[in-house]
Amino acid sequence: MKDDIHILNVFCLLSLLAVGGGSAVLPQMEHETVALHGWITGDQFATIYSLGQMAPGPNMSMVALIGWQAGGILGFVVALVAFYLPSSFLVYGCSHVWDSFRDNPWRASIQKGMAPVTIGLMLAGVHAVGKTACWNPERSLYFNTTTCVVALVVVGILFARRINPAVLILGGGLAGWVFLRA
Amino acid sequence: MPPAASSAPSAGEIFAVFARIGATSFGGGLVAYLRDAMVTDRKWMTPEEFLAALEIGQTLPGLNSVNIAIIAGRHLAGARGAVAAASGLVLPGVAILVGLGLLYARFRHNPDVAPVLAGIAAASVGLLLQVTLKIGARQFTALRDLVFVLATFYLVAFHHVSLPVVLFLIAPFAIMLNRPPQPPRTP
Repeated sequence: MKDDIHILNVFCLLSLLAVGGGSAVLPQMEHETVALHGWITGDQFATIYSLGQMAPGPNMSMVALIGWQAGGILGFVVALVAFYLPSSFLVYGCSHVWDSFRDNPWRASIQKGMAPVTIGLMLAGVHAVGKTACWNPERSLYFNTTTCVVALVVVGILFARRINPAVLILGGGLAGWVFLRA
Repeated sequence: MPPAASSAPSAGEIFAVFARIGATSFGGGLVAYLRDAMVTDRKWMTPEEFLAALEIGQTLPGLNSVNIAIIAGRHLAGARGAVAAASGLVLPGVAILVGLGLLYARFRHNPDVAPVLAGIAAASVGLLLQVTLKIGARQFTALRDLVFVLATFYLVAFHHVSLPVVLFLIAPFAIMLNRPPQPPRTP
């Protein structure tokens, strides 16, 4: 029960702080769930994040799996509801006042000013997942080099051509099976 | 606001349309799927209405796709429509995540599964990095923006400066630097 309240607090706050999409809250989410509350390990965070990439729909639904690890079935529901409901209430309430705000010159300023902050947060999100998924000090140099190469190859392919990212996820799994079996 | 379609859809229809997107949109790009369904296939929204929904969805916190679902659902059938749209979008993926989570719990120590998951996690990092580089192309090449990108990254990634601090202490400076030009004063 106490854990479920913590889950509620953490994910409600993350919901309202998720400006510029879900990736911006990844570093804070990783810090809270791994270092502060110890619900999951860094390894599990990276795995759960990648499971979220494999499921259809909004990829941040993976918060439910963190809640599950932290507090069982109730934790699963609490994390999911806490992550989606606050921002949804805000959008529901604000969408009808939008028209009056739309031509306000500050709207463009906020969007232009927030863009680099959001990008910085997303980059920190790459770091939050990548520090266990790609460069994990507990793994061998061979293992880390392989995972980094997989990540960079994915980046290269995505810039080179239009391809469904789900295919690249499957390709990454195949590469892991071929190159990383002990 | 009058509904865009000639006959307003029921909450059940809205749920079904969003659930189909929620179940089939593997690999991201949800906003494009939503636009196709809302504007092209169903004609439930005009292109302008969808664009406005996207702008609101991007400006306010939360996931763009879920925010658009809330606005579109409300536009079509009020509060019931918003609930139907958002839950339709989210629930199929959640059901699949339950399955993936059970498989993970069951097989996580299997010697064949661990390397596959490591490869998948590495590929996911690649996806996230590419999206960041693509969306941030302008910010990475403009010096003033790059300062904010790197400062935010450095503080959050290496010093665990919390997100509220970033948003309420760093973001205001970034917004002020981009403030609207003063209208010329008339003496």
